Amino acid sequence: MSAATQAPPEPTAPALEVRKPPTRKRLVPYWLLLPGILWLLVFFAAPLVYQASTSLQTGSLEEGFKVTWHIATYWDALGEYWPQFVRSVAFAAIATLLCLVLGYPLAYLIAFKAGRWRNVVMILVIAPFFTSFLIRTLAWKTILADGGPVVGVLNSLHILDVTSAIGLTEGTRVLATPLAVVCGLTYNFLPFMILPLYTCLERIDPRLHEAAGDLYAKPATTFRRVTFPLSMPGVVAGTLLTFIPAAGDYINAELLGSTDQKMIGNVIQSQFLRVLDYPTAAALSFILMAAILAMVTIYIRKSGTEDLV
Amino acid sequence: MRWLRRNAVVIAGLLTLAYLILPNVIVMVFSFNKPNGRFNYEWQRFSTDAWTDPCGVADLCGSLGLSLQIALWATIGATVLGTLIAFALARYRFRARSSVNTLIFLPMAMPEVVMAASLATLFLNMGIQFGFWTILIAHIMFCLSFVVTAVKARVMSMDPRLEQAAQDLYATPVQTFLKVTLPIAAPGIAAGALLSFALSFDDFIITNFNAGSTVTFPMFVWGSAQRGTPVQINVIGTAMFLIAVLCVLGGQLFTGRRKRS
Repeated sequence: MSAATQAPPEPTAPALEVRKPPTRKRLVPYWLLLPGILWLLVFFAAPLVYQASTSLQTGSLEEGFKVTWHIATYWDALGEYWPQFVRSVAFAAIATLLCLVLGYPLAYLIAFKAGRWRNVVMILVIAPFFTSFLIRTLAWKTILADGGPVVGVLNSLHILDVTSAIGLTEGTRVLATPLAVVCGLTYNFLPFMILPLYTCLERIDPRLHEAAGDLYAKPATTFRRVTFPLSMPGVVAGTLLTFIPAAGDYINAELLGSTDQKMIGNVIQSQFLRVLDYPTAAALSFILMAAILAMVTIYIRKSGTEDLV
Repeated sequence: MRWLRRNAVVIAGLLTLAYLILPNVIVMVFSFNKPNGRFNYEWQRFSTDAWTDPCGVADLCGSLGLSLQIALWATIGATVLGTLIAFALARYRFRARSSVNTLIFLPMAMPEVVMAASLATLFLNMGIQFGFWTILIAHIMFCLSFVVTAVKARVMSMDPRLEQAAQDLYATPVQTFLKVTLPIAAPGIAAGALLSFALSFDDFIITNFNAGSTVTFPMFVWGSAQRGTPVQINVIGTAMFLIAVLCVLGGQLFTGRRKRS
């Protein structure tokens, strides 16, 4: 298999193009694409268009909905639910940052320090996935319960006083506060940060570390100047994979928060499934989609890893 | 103190690992609880009642079976469609290539709630009855991109000379595909399929919007969080966890032994 290491980066048979193959053969890729792409067009792309049109409709369940280009739905939705929007972005951003801070050491540990324990640690990172995430999120209700050991320790270390001061908790409670929701979000999306970081770190040649050390770089300098810059694609991928789902999540806010921690996902869900106000739900999710796509595009441009896609 | 500084990374990593594992430990421990009242959040006393009667709660095992069934069909559908796309993208140059790439990437970069609400809007407008089929359609849709990504990476990293060698040795295109290409792409396909199964089985948000009155396992758990959580939920969560770990360990042993021999 030594030949595989010299393989060109993109082996897309150039011979085919030179010979100008018969039409039947040139159609092969289109036949391969057809079923899957059709599926995505009908059940992913078309619904987005449908939703855009729904957001411009007015009417009621009894009389039916009609497109009336009622743009005001957007203003009303934004005017009424901007706190939830701000909260979603803030919670998701804090959770993403926490995921990075918590996840990096673990990814580093698996990539460079674990040795023969690597597979075991890897299994321990992935295995929790197999218990439904809703059950695991419910377990946080037990962990963070009022008067439980975790809250007790946080209280005696006066950590809750600090978090109360910055508005993350209230009094001696953790459950039903922003801290609980952020904690749940961080927990739920942590593996999505660790895995891309790990794949990126694992590819770094350990000889680069040795070379840095030989050139009298301290470990901290080696990390700052060599390891971290090389792991940037993993950091970008990881932050996107945690931020996007976290911003649209409503499970953690519902299970671990109170009515004061509702995120935009909660609003969309209740507008769609309970209030049955489809235009508002459509407008809100359209705004959410546009906001996230804009943020992601700017972020990818800024971080200079456009080949990510 | 020096020891602490030198091993700071390892300690921090292990603490994160503990944070990841802790809820699973709680789920496991509380599967042996005998709660007072309807909610299983506080430890009362040890009991194996739930383990001896895992289906003792109405609708629980039915929803579990439905979830497994949907996950199986969604995996098959997404793997077949996704593998075809991956081969087209990895092996051929054609027009609209970059638009296809974008169409594959977008579902992964979209908050689930947006996809869920828009697909449900489509079904509503079309007057399609929500249920098994709408869930399955939705699951295939969002699993597809993950399969494409997994398979494409594998096929791209494959040495094209292996196929050329096969053809030089007078293998027909079909033989080359079955005996060379497919075995090499198999790990990528398997990874994509496994991921699809896990994603589909555990999906809540998209299912919540597109299920109507059909109840999958995650929907059952969600409902029970409002009505009262039976201990049996923890039993099933723990059992899934143990089965998965055993499968992975078994697979490790198997491949390890095969490599050595």
